[in-house]
Amino acid sequence: MKLSGAEILLECLKKEGVKHIFGYPGGVVLNIFDQLHDEKELKLILTRHEQGAVHAADGYARATGKAGVALVTSGPGATNTVTGIATAAMDSIPLVVFSGQVPTLLIGNDAFQEADIVGITRPCTKYNFLVKDVGDLAQIIKEAFYIATTGRPGPVLIDLPKDVTTAKTDFVWPESIKMRSYNPTYEGNKWMISQAAHAIAKAKKPVIVAGGGVIISGASKELKELAEHAKLPVAMTLMGLGAFPGSHKLSLGMPGMHGTYYANKSIQESDLLIAIGMRFDDRVTGKVSAFAPHAKIIHIDIDPTSIRKNVRVDIPIVGDVKRVLTTLNKVLKGEVKEQWKEVRKAWLKQIDDFKAERPLTYDRDTDIIKPQFVIEKINELTKGDAIITTEVGQNQMWTAQFYKFDKPRTFLSSGGLGTMGYGLPAAIGAQLAFPNKLVIDIAGDGSIQMNIQELATAVINRFPVKVAILNNRFLGMVRQWQELFFKERYSHTRLDESVPDFVKIAEAYNAVGLRAVKRSEVEPVLKEAFKIKRPVLMDFVIDWKEKVYPMVPAGAAIDEMLFLEEVKKSGKKLKAVK
Amino acid sequence: MRHTISVLVENKFGVLSRVSGLFSGRGYNIESLSVGETIDPQISIMTIVTSGDDWVIEQIDKQLNKLIDVIKVVDMKELDHVEREMVLIKVAPRAEDKAEVLRIAEIFRGRIVDSSQKTYTIEVTGDEKKIAAIVDILKPMGIKEFVRTGKIAIAREGLKKY
Ligand SMILES: Cc1ncc(C[n+]2csc(CCOP(=O)(O)OP(=O)(O)O)c2C)c(N)n1
Repeated sequence: MKLSGAEILLECLKKEGVKHIFGYPGGVVLNIFDQLHDEKELKLILTRHEQGAVHAADGYARATGKAGVALVTSGPGATNTVTGIATAAMDSIPLVVFSGQVPTLLIGNDAFQEADIVGITRPCTKYNFLVKDVGDLAQIIKEAFYIATTGRPGPVLIDLPKDVTTAKTDFVWPESIKMRSYNPTYEGNKWMISQAAHAIAKAKKPVIVAGGGVIISGASKELKELAEHAKLPVAMTLMGLGAFPGSHKLSLGMPGMHGTYYANKSIQESDLLIAIGMRFDDRVTGKVSAFAPHAKIIHIDIDPTSIRKNVRVDIPIVGDVKRVLTTLNKVLKGEVKEQWKEVRKAWLKQIDDFKAERPLTYDRDTDIIKPQFVIEKINELTKGDAIITTEVGQNQMWTAQFYKFDKPRTFLSSGGLGTMGYGLPAAIGAQLAFPNKLVIDIAGDGSIQMNIQELATAVINRFPVKVAILNNRFLGMVRQWQELFFKERYSHTRLDESVPDFVKIAEAYNAVGLRAVKRSEVEPVLKEAFKIKRPVLMDFVIDWKEKVYPMVPAGAAIDEMLFLEEVKKSGKKLKAVK
Repeated sequence: MRHTISVLVENKFGVLSRVSGLFSGRGYNIESLSVGETIDPQISIMTIVTSGDDWVIEQIDKQLNKLIDVIKVVDMKELDHVEREMVLIKVAPRAEDKAEVLRIAEIFRGRIVDSSQKTYTIEVTGDEKKIAAIVDILKPMGIKEFVRTGKIAIAREGLKKY
């Protein structure tokens, strides 16, 4: 029997195990939407903006590990997905995005709602396709899911001209796939792994830095085994939070620009850095030439381009983190003699001293609400058992610092691109995947306004997502830089009275709005919100002056940190302290 | 450091822009690029001349390999190989230089592929040095136009089968 392109598309999605699509309709995808009208097994979640659809698919993917799927129309629908696609690309998130396109014969004619989305997204997708013949459609969809979810995952876009969705052909689902030009390396080189094991055994001051690759590869168990067996302290990059329990004694929290003193200090003192599924982003390394100056570096990553891109590497291992760690653990427990017991004691003691010397801190003695207090309370009340998304800015950094993520896939945040407006739609995607989990977007009053329309999506679909706005009436993170480095000249960061009444906004969308203006109101508001089985927007009116500390100024080494105490003592005059 | 890199790619729609976009997007430079089908029409080969220190070249090699449509990347530096480029040079010599131009073309084993009352068009094939040499000599006699194919290269024992 012959099927139309639209029918084939839906059949393929079902074959791929897809249950939900996030999308938005338009002229050239009408045939597909019509097909969806009677569809029982596939449900389309209508967002209120295409960017929201892609972020929601991304949140779904981060929470589950499966590819997220979005469907949009041509032209503006397609261009609206670009930020979402770039966000996913930077953080290696598997997505398959379908964009409608004008009919094949009109392509290149500047037709109504035509945009060269394949050209536009070429640099921010892992791969993209223009389907020119309905006969290729099934094969292309198969390849798209394969490319998106294997190797280093990433977003794939499929551009579907309108005539391809109506043309008919026999539907043949390719059961297996092989591409001669795409063969990711999964097994690490045995000899290199053995070198790594010996280096670990001999090291006096080793540190693990774990990144998002550990979570993507599902290697948390192997990482914990490695750390506990060889007594290795673990720092986690923003993308790696949750890869290793944040409340574990060996956890150092996050390193880098807003990292903990003890993570940065341990890295700078270390003689062996074991980088796992991370890519030495400049927010992690600070000044590269001064990064981990005494350390030999082992780098495990599935993407060869990550290795020796930003820092020198002594022992490179290309492969899937889970497989490499499994082998590494075997070697460490087998051929390598355990010789580290004593030396590690001294190192871990030194790290405990670092921790005691400068713990993460803030002024706990105030009536005004400190944002860190809100996050600690959320952590306490959820017992760490929630999925947290964030926006971008101070809200994101405070969350990374003060919430202890113990499990992978519970912290969803735009790390690489730093996309304001990510958190709410991502929370919707995660809530769809886990209807019974508490899903909370920790937001800023600036960021939340970038995709606030998705409240409608949450309300109509009964997704009980919670949004905790840390409302400082400023584009806080930018203001912080202006305060510290631009003589308090708050050029275009003061939102002030332009900040809308979020409680009223919530109510207008038929969600629940709550507000806290005093510290004592924080806990009751949170408790109430968590009880309500509907979307709730919480407006926490916080101290606008609060900053994220510690902070490594741009271009400085990661142990040249600014601390709350010093900045307070020195009044206005700021100096980096070593 | 100059490198000549051969890139075997799937002969698919858009593959050239994926490769050139990689170079422009990451700030690598392209001195020349030539593309053509191989014996297998599904596969094309690109010859790219680029430059950079070892770190950059290593990244270029890895980034090219990472592109989904790239089958194989070979840095010719690592192989015994032959490089060639073809140029077309249109010269407009003064009357008294005409004979000299023809003589130079012959010395360089160039061919006169077109002539008019005022001009000769010479086709020359060779490696970089040879091309540079003939250009140097002809310059004073008045080069009007100059077109080059970009370099192509082949390994002496043939690229290994992918
Ligand atoms: C889409 C986008 N535009 C601009 C920026 C630059 N930027 C980074 S943080 C920030 C301020 C965010 O303000 P807000 O959401 O209120 O959060 P806060 O820092 O106050 O917690 C801005 C403008 C960005 N990251 N993303």
